[in-house]
Amino acid sequence: MIPACPLSALPRGEAVRVDADVPIAVFHTEDGEVFAIDDTCTHQDASLADGWLEGCEVECPLHASRFNLRTGAVDAPPAKRPVRTHQVHVEDDMVYVTLSEEEPNLPPGVSAGSAGAAP
Amino acid sequence: MSRAMNRVVVVGASLAGLATARSLRVQGYDGELVMVGEEPHRPYDRPPLSKDFLTGTTDVADLTLESNGEDLGIDWKLGTRADRLENGKVYLEDGTSWAYDGLVIATGARARTDVVGARLDGVHLLRTLDDALALREGLRRGGRVVVVGGGYIGSEVASTARAMGCEVTLLVSGTAPLHHALGPHAVVVSDLHHRHGVEVVTRARVTGIRPSGGSLVVDLADGRRLPADRVVLGTGAVPATAWLAGSGLELGDGVRCDATGATSLPGVVALGDCSAWFDPALGRHCRVEHWTSAVDRAPIAARTLLGGEAPTTAPRRAPYLWSDIHGSRIQMAGHAELANSCAVETGSVAEGSFVAVYRRRGHPVAVLGVDQPKHFMSVRRRLVSIPAVPSLQGASA
Repeated sequence: MIPACPLSALPRGEAVRVDADVPIAVFHTEDGEVFAIDDTCTHQDASLADGWLEGCEVECPLHASRFNLRTGAVDAPPAKRPVRTHQVHVEDDMVYVTLSEEEPNLPPGVSAGSAGAAP
Repeated sequence: MSRAMNRVVVVGASLAGLATARSLRVQGYDGELVMVGEEPHRPYDRPPLSKDFLTGTTDVADLTLESNGEDLGIDWKLGTRADRLENGKVYLEDGTSWAYDGLVIATGARARTDVVGARLDGVHLLRTLDDALALREGLRRGGRVVVVGGGYIGSEVASTARAMGCEVTLLVSGTAPLHHALGPHAVVVSDLHHRHGVEVVTRARVTGIRPSGGSLVVDLADGRRLPADRVVLGTGAVPATAWLAGSGLELGDGVRCDATGATSLPGVVALGDCSAWFDPALGRHCRVEHWTSAVDRAPIAARTLLGGEAPTTAPRRAPYLWSDIHGSRIQMAGHAELANSCAVETGSVAEGSFVAVYRRRGHPVAVLGVDQPKHFMSVRRRLVSIPAVPSLQGASA
């Protein structure tokens, strides 16, 4: 379990990238829900925390793939593989992320430790 | 549905065609769906062809546009071209003809080849998967590569070829690569090419390419002769609409459509690179070759074809494109041509990382970002849709 950020530092509609071996993106939706998924798009190396958050979906900032934050499912291509989701809980204003034990679906050319290496 | 829809024929088996097929199914169409493609391949993604696919970082399987297990119930007619459209039927080169209740035209564009010597061995185009496989093979052999073209494809291929170890010269007809697209900010691309060792020749006019002792020579109008082991032509594309001559469809620079994809023939829509939709923001028909436009317009064209409820008047998202050049991400959204002012708001052009915001009477109408995805996205979300702000309409800025 890793402390991600204080909830009060993450306004609704915003996201934050948390550095880890496989980086995590934490989203605070307009409805007040908090979700955590792998930050790297499964299609190509891009940070989903930089993406377009709408409802319970994030659109990749690069190629417009859309992922469901709750399930990680692909809602719009070009991505084909789901993004990994992580459990989140908030305690004393701190957002904690429990990492999934599944294998991440990283894009071609990206491995754990190198995600987000490109600008 | 206002007309009986039992068979929809989609001509063009690439991004626009597949996206429309998906939208038709999502919107409840459960009739026959025939998809015609000139290439033998199932739909694949083209943007990587000038980037990661050339280097080999991504491979054929990564390009597939269909998801694993996706079944849209399509009757595929691949490896055959549509030859003509006549009296409510599409005639294919394989001799078959297909009557339709609805027709989707998504035949894309072809690379321009109007350079003397364009068909020589060692001269490459880059439009299709097979083009890219041939070019990949060629670039792996290294040597001297001359890339012709001042647009995104030219700069992307130059950057990729350089990364693969080739000696690269980029010829552009204007004052700088991507000057047409990026205006004064195009200097960032020239800087990138310079830093990575691509030689750029501006105001170059190619008079021809000819063979010379086992390799090639590119002749320029000013008398210069550039030796090359291979040449890549990235000199733009023309809409693939020749097969529609005599069909009764209104053709200009692409199939002319209204703002919902409807053409001048009933039951026929067009989208993607082969089409010129009426753009309410610009007040004219405009052919857009962007990946995202094809995807964004697919549900609109599908709804038009199915005759469902009137298209939504909700503001559409501004056009968006991206490019990767020498490891830098260039992103552009909106209509920069409508702006009367532009300012760099983050970073600096000299440092090669910035966001420039284009405004019309104070409202943001376009944004350009280089290696600033987060800030770029925040401005892109605020871009004003011109028809939504009546005071911004009108010819003068």
